[in-house]
Amino acid sequence: MADDIVIRADGLGKKYVIGHAAERERYVALRDVMARGARAAWRKTADVLRGRALIGGDTTEEFWALRDVSFEVKRGEVLGIIGRNGAGKSTLLKVLSRITEPSEGRVTIRGRVASLLEVGTGFHPELTGRENIYLNGAVLGMTRAEIRRKFDEIVAFAEVEKFLDTPVKRYSSGMYVRLAFAVAAHLEPEILVVDEVLAVGDAEFQKKCINKMDGIRRSGRTVLFVTHHLPTVLSLTSAAMVLERGRVAYRGSVSDALSKYLHQGEDQKTMIGRQIEISAALEGADFAAGAAFRVRFDVMLRGPLAEPRLGIGINDASGSRISTLFSETARVLPAVAAGNALHFQIVTEPVRFAPGILSFKLALAERGEDIETYEDTLQLVVPEYSPFVQPARSRPRGSVLVTSRIEFHEAVH
Amino acid sequence: MPELVLEAGRADRHYWRDLWAYRELFAILAWRDVAVRYKQTVIGIAWAVVRPFLTMVVFTVVFGRLARLPSEGGAPYPVMVFAGMLPWFLFSTILSEASSSLVGDANLVGKVYFPRLIIPASSAVVALVDLAINLAILLGLMLWYGFWPSWRFLLLPGLVALATLASLGPALMMTAVNVKYRDFRYIIPFIIQIGVYVSPVGFSSAIVPAHWRFWYSLNPMVGVIDGFRWCVLGGGSMLYLPGFLLSLAVVALFLWLGVAQFRRLERSFADLL
Repeated sequence: MADDIVIRADGLGKKYVIGHAAERERYVALRDVMARGARAAWRKTADVLRGRALIGGDTTEEFWALRDVSFEVKRGEVLGIIGRNGAGKSTLLKVLSRITEPSEGRVTIRGRVASLLEVGTGFHPELTGRENIYLNGAVLGMTRAEIRRKFDEIVAFAEVEKFLDTPVKRYSSGMYVRLAFAVAAHLEPEILVVDEVLAVGDAEFQKKCINKMDGIRRSGRTVLFVTHHLPTVLSLTSAAMVLERGRVAYRGSVSDALSKYLHQGEDQKTMIGRQIEISAALEGADFAAGAAFRVRFDVMLRGPLAEPRLGIGINDASGSRISTLFSETARVLPAVAAGNALHFQIVTEPVRFAPGILSFKLALAERGEDIETYEDTLQLVVPEYSPFVQPARSRPRGSVLVTSRIEFHEAVH
Repeated sequence: MPELVLEAGRADRHYWRDLWAYRELFAILAWRDVAVRYKQTVIGIAWAVVRPFLTMVVFTVVFGRLARLPSEGGAPYPVMVFAGMLPWFLFSTILSEASSSLVGDANLVGKVYFPRLIIPASSAVVALVDLAINLAILLGLMLWYGFWPSWRFLLLPGLVALATLASLGPALMMTAVNVKYRDFRYIIPFIIQIGVYVSPVGFSSAIVPAHWRFWYSLNPMVGVIDGFRWCVLGGGSMLYLPGFLLSLAVVALFLWLGVAQFRRLERSFADLL
């Protein structure tokens, strides 16, 4: 194994056996096993007496949650694992964090792994905030000395100073989650495995969490994390892997993984509302070569609408607003009668949005009042491209790619 | 840099070392179980005091007064009963607490890795705290009857350790089986209920006919309880050595079976819970 590789999976597979009875029961009861055994024995005896062939017991079905999964993770890499529900993301994290063992294949891991598959694992409602910090810290693999050292930091991060000696069952759900995340955020393993835990708390706290994760990333630790929250994948990860029905469908750059995930061959997305239908696409001849490109919206509005106005907010991966378009700044839209529809296009001036996800907030207004609003239901992936003479060493940060010229004013000696 | 390989069926070569590495988690889980149990202090402690005390009174009346069974050595009957109840309550508490512990901590098992043995083992600590309370009652009782212990009393820690090991063997078996078959826990109160009469808790094992006594010690709790009485009651109490050794062998066998069973099923716990 090369020196800079910290995780290597070879042909990893995880099989679950689903019995027919197990589908109906949430757990196995001895009573049922005995009853089933007795029934099977009786059936077999009866079959033997009648001189028929033996019928097998309960039919079972194999289900591979993971199959043939091979990949490598380098030290300091932040790998986002994306995939739809049931694609095997959580199973993969469980195997990597030793909670369940693989059915085939092997994983080699170098370094201390801490896994964060849930915030607040082991929290006990009867215990106080202070007690739970120690309990949860120990569960996540911190030593007591480590927790003691970071205690004040954790408390400050969670903003629960006043309630340290209150049992957490009296906490509001916001406080509970903040405390739980604060403990987790102060883990310092060599490899961190995280599952969907960023999508907690209010917007302000989320921002704090993302900053913390960003800090972890920059400290050079290896992070694997699973998420549905696509913007975080972009803002935090350096590479991504797409899982599809238990197999690796793609492993590589973040934006390519995202377009794979969003099934975006034609990079066009459609959104249908009650009175609005809209699709968005990127337009530009030499787009891949780095030329600026336009975003085109095809819109259909259904009547009745008197004085319709359309607002489109363009957000970047981290949820920050890049720009807002208003239909009336380009043209005043006519009224639409009931049963009629109005078709039109909005095309932006050329812009170079940074590779990543653009998500749109839509607001359809009538006489100045919003009648339909949608957030993040329409998204576009801007694939990896580079307008630069020589690609930058580190991934450019920000939501717009700004190119520049360098002019020499003095002779080079 | 430590290199860890995860593979199907790969035996954990470092199991016991891992267990040692996770000792802080063990301590904190044990502390959690104790803290939660005695959080409502009054009820928690009152329960720990009232239950053994009433049991002792009932046994003394039924076996000592009504059935007129003899005590051991010159010890007052209540003291003799209580000395036997210390290990018995330890056993029954460990058995019932441990067997439900893994199911109770299912979310922990499903979300974090650690040697699973920690969970039933830490619930045994609760039983040890209960034992300390019972011991205080016993001392009070001895003071009340003016009964002075001999030098053997100093061997009590060793016997407590023996009683704990004797309880952990069956408890680990039950714990593992209970994860797989959830209705198994209904059998445990039954085992405890029968066990209290099959084991010499309310009476002295000296009343068992001599030719049966050796085989009676196949019940590991017989040796453990006899040991406790020998240690607490002092001079007048005789230890039946062959029986004690047989019980020790059975304790060791159960412990080995329990750990082996637990470790065999341990891998699949996360998938079953």
